[in-house]
Amino acid sequence: MSTLTPTKLARGIRFAEAKAPRAQRESPFARVSAMIVMGVFTLYFLVPIWWLLVAASKNRSQFNSTNPLWFADFSLFENMANLVAYRDGVYLKWMLNSALYAGGGALVGTLIAGMCGYALAKYNFPGRELIFNVVLGGVLVPATALALPLFLIFSQISLTNTFWSVFLPSLVSPFGVYLARIYASASVPDELIEAARLDGAGELRTFFTVSVRMMVPALVTVFLFQFVAIWNNFFLPLIMLRDETLFPVTLGLYAWNSQVNQIPMLRDYVLIGALLSIIPLIIIFLLLQRFWRNGLSAGSVK
Amino acid sequence: MSAPTVPIADAPGTAARKRPSAAKPSGAKSRVQHKGAILAFVLPFGALFALFYLVPIGYAIYQSLLVIEREGTFGQATQVFGGLTQYILVFQNGPFWQSIGRVLAFGLVQVPIMLGLALLFALLLDSPLVRGKKFFRLAFFVPYAVPGVIAAIMWGYLYSPNLSPFSAVTENINFLSADLVLWAIANVVTWVFVGYNMLIIYSALLAIPAELYEAARLDGAGQLRIAWSVKIPLIMPAIVLTAIFSIIGTLQLLAEPQVFRSFSSAVTSTFTPNLTVYSTSSIPNFNLAAAFSVVLALATFILSFTFLKFTQRKEGK
Repeated sequence: MSTLTPTKLARGIRFAEAKAPRAQRESPFARVSAMIVMGVFTLYFLVPIWWLLVAASKNRSQFNSTNPLWFADFSLFENMANLVAYRDGVYLKWMLNSALYAGGGALVGTLIAGMCGYALAKYNFPGRELIFNVVLGGVLVPATALALPLFLIFSQISLTNTFWSVFLPSLVSPFGVYLARIYASASVPDELIEAARLDGAGELRTFFTVSVRMMVPALVTVFLFQFVAIWNNFFLPLIMLRDETLFPVTLGLYAWNSQVNQIPMLRDYVLIGALLSIIPLIIIFLLLQRFWRNGLSAGSVK
Repeated sequence: MSAPTVPIADAPGTAARKRPSAAKPSGAKSRVQHKGAILAFVLPFGALFALFYLVPIGYAIYQSLLVIEREGTFGQATQVFGGLTQYILVFQNGPFWQSIGRVLAFGLVQVPIMLGLALLFALLLDSPLVRGKKFFRLAFFVPYAVPGVIAAIMWGYLYSPNLSPFSAVTENINFLSADLVLWAIANVVTWVFVGYNMLIIYSALLAIPAELYEAARLDGAGQLRIAWSVKIPLIMPAIVLTAIFSIIGTLQLLAEPQVFRSFSSAVTSTFTPNLTVYSTSSIPNFNLAAAFSVVLALATFILSFTFLKFTQRKEGK
């Protein structure tokens, strides 16, 4: 997969060119202070997560009595097993729910946002600018402002406290349409669509076989950010859901954490549960990073 | 800037008829081509957008115009049209405006700090001063993978006087007190989002062609000068984008303060506007909560839109 794309090549050249003359130019003082700044902030960003890892690996009696930033008896896996076993595995159910809400929602959401953005970029039709402006306005309307009216509407049709009450509203990503449109107009050449037409391919088929491939970085970006947005979403599930088996993991851990004062042993589960809940996102970001970095720059350059 | 603009921009209606070929080189006829395909592309998103964005907005406005009337103390409650009654209540609601003031103060301090740090890190990553860029990029970005709720729970423990690993500090400074808890939350938000914003700005920096630096470097400009006079002006659009998202995010603060309620009694049920909406709807007083939502959405829209226009005008000069 490590093909040398033009941008990579350009970047490499730029780096090679830049390195030689700059080496003498930058003062050691500037280098050292830059590294100190980066080092200090690395601690700021990573120590809390380190602490969480250490805390989650301790048993209850050691939590208060041992060095909070270093391991005592390593009982991480024991704690994990306890967490999973607690209340018939409700934590696993939450993780699964989060994966369904975020994975399914982002997948469908990216597809429809990509299609819409593509149409706005590549076809001329009356109302095109109107649609785009309304969608752009949607970017500025906070999703939390919609949670309450959605709850009121859903309660009219008895849809609150269901999977769909969280899943369906999560499908809509106006920012995804914005990004897809910018990216499609920049990276899908009209000539290519024209050529596909001459070959007799229908419009939909052209999109799915030709254009989608060129939009991959943008689509991955849209997918990731929608995935994160849904995974992190709190207000909508908080307001919609009562049944604990439908909770996403964020809401579940929140519920546990607010009962810690009554049920102290929940604290162990909150800590280990918090640690486990951030691992899927870290993995997904690492796996897809070469895509979304390209997609990001497309959105912000405009 | 560039001379021929898009034909849609001038004289709507006439443009399409006069210059049928200007709009789309391939289309000889003035009627829309590929109607079916366009519909198939736009409709799925359009329908969901209408259902879950436009309809709720409309419904919130409708609900906010109703009042509940009772016949006598124990009579049947009915919803009747009440005009702007709820909005008068909103404007008279002291705690709500205090919460708006609180998040504005939060935003005025937190957003510049967060974006300043993000810009600094992005510029450092883009400069030859820093080694191990890949590591730093990742290390700074990791907190973004932590959901706001989880980050708040984690920092809640880190702040707590007896459980914190930094109890030497937290025993003396109570970060969860009424005076400091807002800034304790600001720190949580900053911790989560600096890396994300850094990455957006950094990718904009990577997109700048290297030739642009060459001239400045030949003129003897140092890194600081290049950053200030060449890089920052070029990445302004990215910075504006991050600023708008941060402003929207600030006004919507909910998860972090809601979590902090279990750590600190200083976080009231009307601490932020969204908490006010939530607690009002749990009373339940849906009509007033809807009016709060509408005012909040409007305020967010106006603020981010004004900011957008303001920065665009400044750039245009």
